[in-house]
Amino acid sequence: MKVLLFGITREITGQSRINVPEHAGINTVKALKGWLGQQYPALRSLSSLAVAVDSEYAQDEDTLTPEQEIALIPPVSGG
Amino acid sequence: MLIKIVEHIDLNEAYAYLQSPEAGAVNLFVGTVRNHSKGKDVVRLDFEAYDAMAIRQMEHIANEAFDKWPLVKLAIVHAVGAKDPGTPVVVIGVSSAHRDASFEACRFLIDELKKTVPIWKKEFYEDNSVWVNAHP
Repeated sequence: MKVLLFGITREITGQSRINVPEHAGINTVKALKGWLGQQYPALRSLSSLAVAVDSEYAQDEDTLTPEQEIALIPPVSGG
Repeated sequence: MLIKIVEHIDLNEAYAYLQSPEAGAVNLFVGTVRNHSKGKDVVRLDFEAYDAMAIRQMEHIANEAFDKWPLVKLAIVHAVGAKDPGTPVVVIGVSSAHRDASFEACRFLIDELKKTVPIWKKEFYEDNSVWVNAHP
């Protein structure tokens, strides 16, 4: 599963895209956030961290599959 | 609807799009780069967008506005890249038969854009830089 990164999450991880290994067994939004927080503890200090699936905000209990476009959404600040 | 992410804001394009013989009011909000923030001088802002999702989320708030108010036309254009103080970075425009609807819809759209649309800005000061809103 690939996860797209923007803004401060791209800076924290040093990557614009992370590959989550299959053996990590990630299949929900909540599990993905937990796994990323372990890999990159600085993500846990952000004001908020959302996950988007196919351009829509996802809920913690939503299921993730490899064919979806998954992205990490740090606090937005447009305008 | 005119909804897009651009390198440079063209106010005339947005205004031209919004004009209509059915409209008695055209309301334009232009967000610009401020040269100070929390007591520090801002020398530049960098904007970054998740384009596909930003467009989708702008379409959602545009549809909400069309549901709430009797609007004729609607435009949301946001810029990305490095921007100097004074530069326009977002334009929200609405036309409607009467002015109340366009004033209210314009306010609603910029407020919602700031909450949900995945665009990020980094403020550059003389000595350092921060991603706005990132930390509590």
